[in-house]
Amino acid sequence: MTLLLVGLSHRVAPVELRERVALAGERAADLVRALAGESGEAVCLSTCNRTELYVVGPDAEERAVGALAGIAALGEDDLRGVAYRLDDEAAALHLFRVAAGLDSMVPGEGEILGQVRSAYEAGVTGPLLDRLFRQALHAGKRVRSQTAIGESPASVPSAAAALAEQLFGELAGCSVLLVGAGKIGELAARAVAARGARLALVANRSPEKAADVARRFGAEPISLDGLAAALAYVDVVVSSTSAPGYVLERDAVTRALAARKGRPLFLIDIAVPRDLDPAIHDLDGCYLYDIDDLEAVVADSLVGRLKEASRAEAIVVDEAEGFREWLASRGVVPEIASLRARAEEIRAGELDRARGTLARLSERERLAVESLTSQIVNKLLHLPTVRMKEAAAGAEGASYAHTVRHLFGLGEEER
Amino acid sequence: MAELLFWPALLAYGEAAFAYAGNARRPGLAGHAGTWGVRLGWLAQTSLLVVQAVSADGFPWDTWAGSLNLFVWLVVGAYLIWGCRARYRLLGLAVMPLAAALLVAARVGGGTAGHVRSRYPDVFLVLHVGLVLAAFAGFTLAASLSALYLWQERRLKGRRPAALLGRAPALATLDRIAAKTVLVALPALTAGIVAGFVRLRSEGGGFDALMAVTLLTWLVYAAFLLVRFELGWRGRRAAYLLLAGFALVVVARLGLPLTHFS
Repeated sequence: MTLLLVGLSHRVAPVELRERVALAGERAADLVRALAGESGEAVCLSTCNRTELYVVGPDAEERAVGALAGIAALGEDDLRGVAYRLDDEAAALHLFRVAAGLDSMVPGEGEILGQVRSAYEAGVTGPLLDRLFRQALHAGKRVRSQTAIGESPASVPSAAAALAEQLFGELAGCSVLLVGAGKIGELAARAVAARGARLALVANRSPEKAADVARRFGAEPISLDGLAAALAYVDVVVSSTSAPGYVLERDAVTRALAARKGRPLFLIDIAVPRDLDPAIHDLDGCYLYDIDDLEAVVADSLVGRLKEASRAEAIVVDEAEGFREWLASRGVVPEIASLRARAEEIRAGELDRARGTLARLSERERLAVESLTSQIVNKLLHLPTVRMKEAAAGAEGASYAHTVRHLFGLGEEER
Repeated sequence: MAELLFWPALLAYGEAAFAYAGNARRPGLAGHAGTWGVRLGWLAQTSLLVVQAVSADGFPWDTWAGSLNLFVWLVVGAYLIWGCRARYRLLGLAVMPLAAALLVAARVGGGTAGHVRSRYPDVFLVLHVGLVLAAFAGFTLAASLSALYLWQERRLKGRRPAALLGRAPALATLDRIAAKTVLVALPALTAGIVAGFVRLRSEGGGFDALMAVTLLTWLVYAAFLLVRFELGWRGRRAAYLLLAGFALVVVARLGLPLTHFS
C-alpha cells in the first residue's frame, strides 16, 4: 500500500490560499476520518504555514486532492498546479524535514514538533502512518538534541528573553517592569514571563492604560514618576513608550542601584526614539540592550541556525533511510507470512498424523512435543526471515521473494 | 600498580581537555566525550590514590609532588560535582588542561609512585595538609568560575551577539556557585589551619612565610564571604576579589616546596 502526501505550504502558496485550507481541531479530525474510510489511514497536519494530508489506502491521491480542492474552493486541476504531491520515501523525508523544523520559515523553530505530535494524535493511523509519525517525532527530537539549531532566539522578544536568561539563569523569581504599552514591548515582556519571570509592575503616562495592561497581566500599575523607585525591586525592565526623550536617566538608575545590593539589572529598550539613557549600560551590574542590539542578536542567530541546518539535514536523511528500509521490508511480509503459514501447516499435519502414537504420552509429554516442534520451526525460519527483510531493503528484495516462493511452493496449493 | 594507573588517568584528563576544546568550537558529541574523560580519569586517579594509600607507610602524599597529585584529584573531584552539565563544559576547558599538566608535574616529581615512606607520623599534620589542599582545590574552582564570569560579563557588556550562541552558564549562576564553593572551602581551610597550629604547639616550631601567606589567604576569603553576604557584593567586584585570593593560593602552592618539603 502506498503512502501519499498532498499539501500546500508557505513555499508554494500565498497566505490567502493557506488560510483557506487551514483546518483546526474538529474539522481536521472529520477530514481524516473521511479520508481514512474503513480500512485506510490519514493524518492532517495543519499549521499557519502548511496544510498537508498524509493518506494511505486505495485511491488515496484522488480523495486527498479532491478533499483539499474542496476546502480551498479550487478546481482539482488548479489545486494540482500549486500543491505538492509526494509518495513513499519522498513523503517520509519531507515529513522528517518538517518535524525537524528544516522546512519552517525560521529554520529550527521548535513549535512545529508539537504540531506534528498533535496531528499524529488526532489522525487515523495504522501500521504505516503510526511508524512514519513516530519516526518523524524521533527525527525532530534528535535534531534538537544533537544540533544547536533551535537554541538561539529567532525573534526580538525571544532574543530579549534569551539575554535575560544569560544574565539570571532561571527566570523564576525574577520580576519584570513594563514601561509603556507598545506592542513589541508587551510581546518581549510576555516572552520573559513565559520563561518563569513575573510581570510585577506596569508604568505608563496614562494611568488608565497602565491599569488596563496591568489587569491583563495580573500586575500592579504605577506612574512614570515612580519608575526610578521601582528599580529597587525589579530585575528586568522592558520599555517601549512613544516619549520623545529618555524616561529613565543614568543618574536615576545610579541612585536606585544602592538599594539593589549588587543584584544585576537587565533593561530592554525597544522604543524609537530610545526611552533609556544609553549611559546606563556603563554602570556596574546594568545591562541595557536597544532594538538594534536585539535585532543583531536575531540576525546572528539565524546565521547560526543555517549553519546547523546542514548537520540537521544529515540526521533527517539518516532517519529517512531507516524508514525506507522498514518500508521496503514490508514488501516481503506476504512471503514471510506464507512461509510461516506453510511451516505451521506442515507441523500441524505431522502432529495430526502421529496422533495415535502421541496418545500414549501423558498430557505433559504431549505439550513438550508440541513446544519442541514449534521451536524447531521458529529457529529454522528465523534466519531466512531476517535475511529476506534485509534483502528487501536492497535492490535484490524482489528476486529473494520470488526465490522463496519458488523453493517452498508458496501460492501453489490450489494447483 | 600505581604507575599503571597513572597513565589511564592522564590519558583521560588529556582526552577531556582536547574534547572540551572541540566542544567549544562545535558543541555536541565532543562535550559528552570530554565529560566521560573527566569521569573515567577521576576514577583512575582515585584508584591510583587508593593503591598509594594501601601500599604506603603512613601518609603517602607528604612530598610536594605527592600533594600535587592529591590536589589535582580534589580539583577534578570538586569540578565533577556540577561540571558534567553541558553549560559548565566551558569551565572544563580551563580545569582539565591544568589538571593534566599538574598530574604530569606530580609524576615528574615522583608523586604518583607507590610504596612511599611517609615522613608525617603526626595525625594533625596529615589533617592540616589534607584540609588545606581541599580548601585550595575549592578556591581554584572558585577562581575558574570567576574568570568565566568576567569573560561572560565582558561579552554581554560588549553587546556581542555571539555571547548568546555560546553555552556558558548565566552570570548569576556563576556568581552564586563561586560564593557557595568558597562557603564550603573556607571552613576546610580554617580547620586545616587549626590542625596546623595544634601540631605547631605540641611539636614546637617557628612561624614562617608560608603560614603568613596562608593566613592572609584565609583573611581574603573571609572578607569575601563578609562583603558577599553582608554587603551584597556581587558580580565583577566579587570576581576580582576571588581572583586576588587565588593569587595568594598560587603563592602558597609555590611556597610549599621552599619550606614544608625542603
